[in-house]
Amino acid sequence: MTYKRGIDQLPIPPKDARVQNVVCDFCIVGCGYKAISWPIDRQGGARPDQNVFGEDLAQQQGAESASWYSPSMYNVVSQNGKLVHLVIKPDKACEVNGGLSSVRGGRMGETRVSEQTGTMQARLGHPMVWRYSQMMPTSWEDSLALVADVTRRVIEEMGEDGVIVSAFDHGGAAGGYENTWGTGKLYFDAMKVKNIRIHNRPAYNSEVHASRDMGVGELNNCYEDAELADTIFVVGANPLENQTNYFLAHWVPNLRGDTLDKKRQLLAGEAHAAGRIIIVDPRRTVSVNACETVADRNNVLHLAINPGTDLVLLNALLTEVVARGWHAKDFIAQHTKGFDEAATANKVSIDDAASITGLPAADIRKAAQWIAEPKADGKRRRTMMAYEKGLIWGNDNYRTNAAMVNLALATHSIGREGTGCVRLGGHQEGYVRPSDAHVGRPAAYVDQLLIGGQGGVHHIWAVDHFKSTLNAEEFRRVYRRRTNMVKEAMDSVPYGDRAAQLEQIVAAIKRGGLFSVVVDILPTQIGEAAHVWLPAATAGEMNLTSMNGERRLRLTERYMDPPGEAMPDALIAARLGNAMEESFRRAGNETYAAQFKGKFGWKTEEDAFMDGYNQNAEGGRFVTYERLRAMGTNGVHEPVVGFENGRLIGTKRLYTDGKFKTDDGRAKFMKTEWRGLEVAGRAQQKEKYAFLINNGRNNLVWQNAFYDVHTPFVRERMPIAPIEMNPGDMAKLGLAAGDLVEVYNDVGSTQAMVYPTPTAKPGQAFMLFIAPTGQVGNVISKGTNEFMIPNYKNVWANIRRIGHTPGAEGMSFKSIEYPKDL
Amino acid sequence: MKECPKLVELGRRQFLGRGALAAAGAAAVTAVPSGAARAALPAARVDYPTSRLANIKDLKVNEPMPIHYPDMDSPGVLVKLGARVPGGAGPDGDLVAYSTLCPHKGYPLAYDAKDRTLNCPGHFSRFDCEKEGQQVWGHATQNLPMFRLTVDAKGDISAVGADELIYGRTRNVLQG
Ligand code: SF4
Ligand code: FES
Repeated sequence: MTYKRGIDQLPIPPKDARVQNVVCDFCIVGCGYKAISWPIDRQGGARPDQNVFGEDLAQQQGAESASWYSPSMYNVVSQNGKLVHLVIKPDKACEVNGGLSSVRGGRMGETRVSEQTGTMQARLGHPMVWRYSQMMPTSWEDSLALVADVTRRVIEEMGEDGVIVSAFDHGGAAGGYENTWGTGKLYFDAMKVKNIRIHNRPAYNSEVHASRDMGVGELNNCYEDAELADTIFVVGANPLENQTNYFLAHWVPNLRGDTLDKKRQLLAGEAHAAGRIIIVDPRRTVSVNACETVADRNNVLHLAINPGTDLVLLNALLTEVVARGWHAKDFIAQHTKGFDEAATANKVSIDDAASITGLPAADIRKAAQWIAEPKADGKRRRTMMAYEKGLIWGNDNYRTNAAMVNLALATHSIGREGTGCVRLGGHQEGYVRPSDAHVGRPAAYVDQLLIGGQGGVHHIWAVDHFKSTLNAEEFRRVYRRRTNMVKEAMDSVPYGDRAAQLEQIVAAIKRGGLFSVVVDILPTQIGEAAHVWLPAATAGEMNLTSMNGERRLRLTERYMDPPGEAMPDALIAARLGNAMEESFRRAGNETYAAQFKGKFGWKTEEDAFMDGYNQNAEGGRFVTYERLRAMGTNGVHEPVVGFENGRLIGTKRLYTDGKFKTDDGRAKFMKTEWRGLEVAGRAQQKEKYAFLINNGRNNLVWQNAFYDVHTPFVRERMPIAPIEMNPGDMAKLGLAAGDLVEVYNDVGSTQAMVYPTPTAKPGQAFMLFIAPTGQVGNVISKGTNEFMIPNYKNVWANIRRIGHTPGAEGMSFKSIEYPKDL
Repeated sequence: MKECPKLVELGRRQFLGRGALAAAGAAAVTAVPSGAARAALPAARVDYPTSRLANIKDLKVNEPMPIHYPDMDSPGVLVKLGARVPGGAGPDGDLVAYSTLCPHKGYPLAYDAKDRTLNCPGHFSRFDCEKEGQQVWGHATQNLPMFRLTVDAKGDISAVGADELIYGRTRNVLQG
């Protein structure tokens, strides 16, 4: 039965309700929202003089109203210890989203913790430790002292390499400059931990190494460029579902021709037309369909490429552009190096490329034309090039990333209005840490270390490997065994006898055990194996700064209290640092204790921000909370370069002067020869199994569904990870919509729910990534590229029926595509 | 007259509501703690008008009829689907009515007779008319408001309620 909230009226915020700045907790786009709160015992009225909107709410509001909020945007929460009504609604004045909400951000209200409405009651509110054979609530002092003592003992026995860390490095909720600094200072300054990994991959590394090595930071344009571009060239991304309001508010208007006036005004003196778009993706996504719906049919080119062959296409495009003489000769000569070598090494004929990629040669030529052929008036075309996980987590990450940047440099598609060579992003960004140089390159493959029995203590900050790693079955099996050894050891002596506990824990670790500490906002799957849970606050329960995919820095203000005793990660890191100092001092090791001394005195997240961002980020010295608050949801583009007349001054686009991030300021071209499916065993897998198990996100579910599993509106549509399948393939396997299937190969097996998808190519299935009920990571082999970046995308497996999904009868399995002929 | 048991159940669920409804009522009652339980419920529920929409004879299978409910500013459609569906009213359990203001940003939804969905030209959201307005894909954070229908012995179809907040309103039945 379809979920209805049963709410047919909402409280109205009074005229004097409190209004605060919020940036969406979730994706890279960082849409602007407002948190509107007012005391529980008051309400506004329908008349314009009675409500905060100044709107006559006795009337039906029109489309895109700034005064409407849905039931999912409302909650009752605690604010400074008092109950308040809270509405978190999109901000129409924000340039990023212009008042749009997505199905993720529009649910921030109901994903807040509330004892009154019962939402997110699963939130962790108190530290929990393993004692008396289960997780039990305890104090911060007790839990931190235990973690510090065990960590100290591991360091004494194994050195700092015995400390394994998994930690977020991003912005938005569960990240942000405060918290990346807090954890960074603990592990990279007070300690020098090198066995550390990031939330979504098994090592501590850049996903876009190549771009950076070439001197091109991966977020180099601004969202307005998508409105100004003649052509958008996008590889391995599905922006309607993953960068929703960026796509809707900036790409769609260009494709519709609605930004022509803006183009003529900002870029006078050249020919303009409605934008064209080229989408490279083996799958026909809803983004492709949306482009075909809003744009002239002749302005959309979907290149449904053979999986894993993007590199060949990119090299062929470079070859064609150069053969036609469309490359930016002056720019190449003045601002780059290595062009000739790269152009020669990467040469591939259109016909060879067509046969490898499976694309018609004419389409490759057309794409080259759309990317680089001079405009009707002879002016250089403005092409924005964008990519995301299809490339980042696809075949041969490093070279393919480089091939994309080669093409952008050759066509001067960086540093001009309407261009840019950018990743589209997943989370927002918010990275400021002490140097990570000691981690090395390639970085340690942390999940393999854990599987290999190494390390004694594992600190986990908002990461759930059980859902989000590759080779996941083996990881879970070993991890449970190792942590269970420690649990049994802890159970053998009373908890109150700390000396005996420590002795038991260390002895178990020496036998191959692992002590596991989780810092998170909600219980996690890996947390089931852990010995300590420390409760973190999320954005809005703390002040939090981040930047979005165009480097737009904003402050989300604290508008409510965290549950129980939960604290910002930055302050948890600080207290853990203090507890470590104390533990080493008690053990008589003053030298080691001194490494922590005087570093973690922060009382608030603002202290951490000033210590971290203000002191260490480029342009950080201009930035304070007060100044950011005044900049509202529009914020400022990083790097900040000044503060004038009460406003921070930012940088809309990078590299407009042609100076890149290399020693001599010249961007580097790279040789990117094709070498087939790079990860060992994948080519054989492709021969052996019937289905490509492509995988990625969808519109409805945020990240690993940590909130969504607690949200009936989402759970109803995604009870099990959906797998999109061609109806002909379903018929062959005797499958019906909603059937539960097993996906299995030489690596492992997992489960999924069949979603019939007429546009899916035969033999190519697409499964939701990192879902809690059906982890695609189980069938992804452990192989990575030379810098430990996994290939999550090019995986093959067989599929068989194992049952029917409970609850599937109530689900709609109609096509997710908008009927563009309507 | 035969009423769909599922709708009756839905109505009850709505009446009992959860926290948000109680909170809406709380404003009026906090000064009188002893009366809280008594006062909260009346404020928690909107009283709906009964509006005659059509007679069954006026409807052709799979041809949507434009309607308005609970007032002229709230457009919707009434459809006879031709086969029993969850939440369907009438003797065949196949009558459904939905708001056509997209619960994302209020663009007007269009009916696609091919697969019996309501579709939004604003940002491509889709709602299944055979599944109580379930969002198949989209940006709305709620499923589509369905109008509760009754059908009398003469075949007159009336709307008597709604199961979700209608776009653009803080209260389904506007009040001045
Ligand atoms: S598009 Fe991204 S940032 Fe914007 S509301 Fe949706 S999830 Fe939040
Ligand atoms: S208004 Fe319908 S999808 Fe946005």
